[in-house]
Amino acid sequence: MNSVRNIIGVALITLALASCERERRRFNEVPPGATANDAVRQSVLQPGAPQPNQHLKSVYEDNAWAVSEGKRLYESFNCVGCHAHGGGGIGPALMDEKWVYGDQPENVFSTIIEGRPNGMPSFRAKITNQQAWEVVAYVRSMSGQLAKDVSPSRDDDMNIKTPEQSKEKEQPVTKAAEHPK
Amino acid sequence: MRSKRRQWTAALLWTVATSGSGCAGVQSALDPAGPQAARINDLWWLMLWTCAGVFAIVISALVAALRRGRAQPAEDAETERKMTKVVAAGVAVTTVILFAFMISDFVTGRALWSLASPDAIIIKVTGHQWWWDFEYQDPIPSHRVRTANEIHIPVGRPVKLEMTSSDVIHSFWVPNLHGKTDLLTGHQTVTWLQADRPGKYRGQCAEYCGHQHAHMAFVVIAEPVGQFNAWFDNERHPAITAANAGQQRGQQIFMSRTCMMCHQIRGTDAGGRSAPELTHLASRESIAAGTLANTRDNLKGWIVDSQRFKPGNKMPSHDLGDEDLNALLDYLESLK
Repeated sequence: MNSVRNIIGVALITLALASCERERRRFNEVPPGATANDAVRQSVLQPGAPQPNQHLKSVYEDNAWAVSEGKRLYESFNCVGCHAHGGGGIGPALMDEKWVYGDQPENVFSTIIEGRPNGMPSFRAKITNQQAWEVVAYVRSMSGQLAKDVSPSRDDDMNIKTPEQSKEKEQPVTKAAEHPK
Repeated sequence: MRSKRRQWTAALLWTVATSGSGCAGVQSALDPAGPQAARINDLWWLMLWTCAGVFAIVISALVAALRRGRAQPAEDAETERKMTKVVAAGVAVTTVILFAFMISDFVTGRALWSLASPDAIIIKVTGHQWWWDFEYQDPIPSHRVRTANEIHIPVGRPVKLEMTSSDVIHSFWVPNLHGKTDLLTGHQTVTWLQADRPGKYRGQCAEYCGHQHAHMAFVVIAEPVGQFNAWFDNERHPAITAANAGQQRGQQIFMSRTCMMCHQIRGTDAGGRSAPELTHLASRESIAAGTLANTRDNLKGWIVDSQRFKPGNKMPSHDLGDEDLNALLDYLESLK
C-alpha cells in the first residue's frame, strides 16, 4: 500500500517538474558557444573507424514558450517567404520526411547559421543563438517531432498538425548531450 | 473641541487639494484636451454629482432613522398609505435618474463619433507585445511615415486611428483625449482623436497583454500646425547618412548584427518590421515604449541587457565590445 503511494507521489512530482520545463521562460539566456559544429557531419564517410553520431538534445524542444517564440521568429525573419508554413515553395518543405542537410536539431541549427547552396541564406551573426535554437525547435515541430503539449496548437495559417508525409517520430535520444544549458 | 475641529478642517482641505491635483496632468481623463474627452468628462461629473447627492440623501435618511430609534409599530391605514407614497416616490426618482443617465450615455456615445471628417489625418496603429507601431497614411507613398511609441498631431485637426494588433488584444487609451479602444488581431477597429490645445499626453495600453503590459506606453504630442508640419517633414525623410568614421562604424555594426533583422531605418538596408522603427530615434523622448528616457546611458543599458529593464521583451541581449557599442550609440544618436 505504501509503495503504491510512493510511486504515485514520485509520478506526480515528475509530472509537476516536467510541466515546469514546459512553461519555463528563458528571457535572458545566452547559450554558450552554441555552434553545433562538432555534432554536424555532412558525410557519412570518415577516416578510420566510423564514430557514431552524437545528437544534441535541445532543451527548447520541451518548452512550449520557446517553440512559440520560434514560430514568431519564423514569421518575422521571413523563413515563411520560402518555406511557407511548412509546405515549402521556393524552399523545401519542412513538414515531410525529406531532409537534404539532416533532420536532427544540430543539422537544422547548422543549416540556419551556415546557410546552404542554392538559396538558403546564412543567418550567422544576424540572429542570436537562442533565437536560432528556438526556430530549430519550431521547425522540428512541423514534422511532428515535438511532444503534443509543446507544439503550437492554434494556427492562423495552414494546419501542420497532421502532415501527410511526415517523418515518423524519433525515439528519444538516450546518450544525449544536453544542449544548450 | 476647537483643536479637533481644526484637525478635521485640515484633513478636509488636504483631501480636496490632493484630489484636485490628481485630476490634472498628462494622463488624466479629468483634464480633457479634446472634444471627446470633454464629453466623457461632462458625463463623468454628471454621474459623480448625481450619485454623490443620492448617497448624501440615503445616508442622512439612515442617520435620521438611527437617531429616532425604533418607533411603536403602527398598523393603521393612514401610516400604511404614507409609507406607500414614500416608497413609490423613491422608485420614481430612481427610475428617472437611471433613465437620465441612460439618455446622456447614448448622447455622449453618439457625439464621440461626430469627428468624422474627410480632412482627417489617418494613422494606422499596430499593437505589439509591448510597443506601439504608428504609420501615417497618405496616397503618396513618400508621404507615409512610420514611427514608434510617439505620435505628433496638429491642434484642432481630427485624427482617425485605424487599429489592429499583431499578437494579443491591446487597448489604445489616451485619457486626456478619448476613451479606450481595443486593438484586435485580424480585425480593424477605428477611433477618432482631436486635441484642442497643445501639450503632451501620455497613452497607455489598457488591456492586460502579458508580462510588460504596464510598460507599454506612448506619448501623443499635440502642437500648432506649423510645428507639426516641420516635424512631419523631417520625419518623412530617410535617415541621415553617417557623417563621420565613428557613425559609419556604428552603422556597419547595425547592418551586420542582429539589429537589422527586426528594426527599420528608412534609407538603409535595415527593413525589419517586427520591432520599433528607428529612422529618427534620436528625436524621440523615450525608448522602450515610454519606459526609459532617451539618453545615451539608457540606450546603452537597453542594448546590452534590455531584459533587466523590461523582462520578457523581445529584444535580445548583446555582448558588443566597448568600442563597437560606443560606435553604435554614436550612430543611433545621430538619427535625428
